[in-house]
Amino acid sequence: MTEKRIIKTIKVDPDKCIGCRACELACSAFHAKPRYSSANPARSRIRVVFDELNDIYFPIRSVAYTPAECAGRHAYVLQGKEYPECAFCGNICPSRDYFYEPDSKLPLKCDMCESTPELEEPVCVAVCRVDALTYEVREEEVAAGEEGPDELEIGLEALADEYGLDKVLDAVARIAGKE
Amino acid sequence: MRYAETGFRLEVDLTRGSIEKVPTDPSWTEMFLGGQGTAAKILWDRVGPEVQAFDPENLLIFTAGLLVGTPVPGANRTVVNTISPQTGLYAHSIFGAFFGPELKHAGYDQIVFRGKAPDLVYLWIHNDKVELRDATHLRGKGAQETARLIREELGVPEAQVAAIGLAGENRVYMATIEHSSASASRGVGAVMGDKRLKAIAVRGTQDLQLAKPEKIFQLSLDMFKAISENPFTGDIMAHEDDEEFHVDNFAWGNARKRIKGFWNKEREERWKKISESVRLRWTGCYNCPKDCHQAIKVPGHETYFQKCYSKLTYAMAAYKEIDFNYQILAKTQAYGLDGFSTPQVLAFAVELYEAGILTDEDLPGFPEDNGDRFFYLLEKIVRREGVGDALANGVYHAARQIGRGAEEYDHNTMKKFEQVPLKLKMINFPYFLMYATGEKMNITQIEGSYPQVPIADKKEREEFVKRWEAAPERFKKWYLEWEPRTHPPLEAAVHICDWNETMHYIDDAIGMCAFLSSFRGQFGGQPPYHIYNLPKFIAAAAGIELTPQELWNVARRNRNLIRAINVRRGLRRKDERPPEDHWQIRDPEKEQKVLSDYYTFKGWTQDGIPTIGTLEKLGLADVAEDLVRRGILSEDDREPVFQDISA
Repeated sequence: MTEKRIIKTIKVDPDKCIGCRACELACSAFHAKPRYSSANPARSRIRVVFDELNDIYFPIRSVAYTPAECAGRHAYVLQGKEYPECAFCGNICPSRDYFYEPDSKLPLKCDMCESTPELEEPVCVAVCRVDALTYEVREEEVAAGEEGPDELEIGLEALADEYGLDKVLDAVARIAGKE
Repeated sequence: MRYAETGFRLEVDLTRGSIEKVPTDPSWTEMFLGGQGTAAKILWDRVGPEVQAFDPENLLIFTAGLLVGTPVPGANRTVVNTISPQTGLYAHSIFGAFFGPELKHAGYDQIVFRGKAPDLVYLWIHNDKVELRDATHLRGKGAQETARLIREELGVPEAQVAAIGLAGENRVYMATIEHSSASASRGVGAVMGDKRLKAIAVRGTQDLQLAKPEKIFQLSLDMFKAISENPFTGDIMAHEDDEEFHVDNFAWGNARKRIKGFWNKEREERWKKISESVRLRWTGCYNCPKDCHQAIKVPGHETYFQKCYSKLTYAMAAYKEIDFNYQILAKTQAYGLDGFSTPQVLAFAVELYEAGILTDEDLPGFPEDNGDRFFYLLEKIVRREGVGDALANGVYHAARQIGRGAEEYDHNTMKKFEQVPLKLKMINFPYFLMYATGEKMNITQIEGSYPQVPIADKKEREEFVKRWEAAPERFKKWYLEWEPRTHPPLEAAVHICDWNETMHYIDDAIGMCAFLSSFRGQFGGQPPYHIYNLPKFIAAAAGIELTPQELWNVARRNRNLIRAINVRRGLRRKDERPPEDHWQIRDPEKEQKVLSDYYTFKGWTQDGIPTIGTLEKLGLADVAEDLVRRGILSEDDREPVFQDISA
């Protein structure tokens, strides 16, 4: 069973990135509550992976939560330059400090700046003046119901990983009882 | 509520190994704004004239400017201040990239170091956790390598690191503090080495409060776009392959001669190919759309960053081509050496050798080739070996230590500091004043708002003036009337110097990049930031409401405070002399007249000392009292007082 769905993507051209981190700043400000109340790259859902000495400037956005580090750490050689696998990976994983709310340590996930009214393009793309980030919308046939978890869901998952699912369920039940 | 700044500074006593987090006085922010201003206040209060650069009592101060860490584009500068071993005066340098914003997010506006560590250490700041760590294993490591090693050992790839190389460790006066694509120079690296502080690493994840968050964000987004679309911003020349401006106009060797006609198409093509072969990419600073630095990879060396006119300084000092420059920069960036002063010291030494003042005894096995000689001397200097020990103190001091007539070859220093190698024909009064009275030692830190030359065509000049939003009215008249190869009126010279330096004093307080502001008006007249639009950024980010006039006066206060620091250390009119051969045709009488006029305009005595009246009007009565107590001012030195002029 498939259905047509609008697929939004951000294309990354790492050779164009100048490492200004404006994308991080814009993202964090847009997602601050209230909106624009703070600008702090540590809260960004897009991060530029930096390795200046190896000429790596790679903007990646957070896409999925995983409680464990991955086993395989490949290195990729592209056009003569070696990239660690982590440079491409958008997983919110414990091997690095990206994509966690610095205070609560809950995961942060890119939502393509979905909002009302709808933006023309995500804010990170809008501030990228060198086109290292470009926005693309296309229609695709995808398997029905294949929607990834949202930030609330991965947040709960992270809490379950931290405290155990039973405790989280108990807490939710207690809160529900109070309401 | 504190906005834009954190309201805290770190006080680090390296002798005792103690660290304190100190709340700062909000009234200082209103008086001095931050950056260079609050650092000057601390230096004035705590470092007396009896303290020498390498005394433990000297302070080394890192300050993130007021707007650093806010969404304001290009506000990413960290200011470093101390007392310079070379000049004995106030030392000032600024660096961009990512350090300042990270420091703010860690919860601090400023770090003040005092004392000296028993052995090499580095400071690790991770939000509230701050510690001094052993750095003896980093001894002799290159500045960029040090950053990498510290990140690895901390396991924090996001940490921002500012480090010295071997030159700083050995207290070479030309030593820099290197961070990412940026560096600080003019004495600060030597003091950092003297304090045995190898590096500072910082990681910050905290929020910074903004006065009007939504407004500052909107202003900043518009400005970000405007900067990226403005062809007159950023380091325009860095991107050009046509180097005629520098190679045909600046002096080669030990600031000796101009080589007219050096530049040609064939050379341009060749140099362009060389640059492209070593350039990995252009890079920018935090929250700025301009890409002013080249990441350079020379085979066999660690990646380094090249910025500004250092692309040519070594080549021109050695009479070499650009490939030599890229080669030697790979070494000097790792050692942490300033690209302006170091080539001049090297060229000075070569001249001394050619003149027989330095001999084969001083320089055993000295090579034939000028480029090889530079590499040879570099190793001596960074290790302070043999004659390198004297040369490591810069041209002025080396000349006197070497003696034997070496002083004659020291012809391009002022206030004991190497000046940009420019040897020009006709005296230029605004420039005479900027060189003479500048507190920041390098002309690039003083010039920049008023155009260097007029547009020849009167109609085009009129068009230029119509678009010239950055300029206070009085400059428009002078510019319109300025015909090529004529002097502006002396009154204009005074105001031009005043405006140029004022904009730098603002940038260095708020942490703004000069390439977007104070340095950028002189070519094209369209700096994104200027005296009329900066107040709205300061108000929305920091909650400090200032008129352009009031902002101008903050700069004036900082300027006078820094002048007072130097005056207390002995600076007087007699020291305010640009190199004798800077211009071929001089006009001593008019030069002294314009200098007197400038002092009067500034509200200073004829010896260049701010008067009691001036200091009191700026809220610096305590400074005046101190100068009187020391006998530098008498009770009668109340006038002249500076005139309020419309911004």
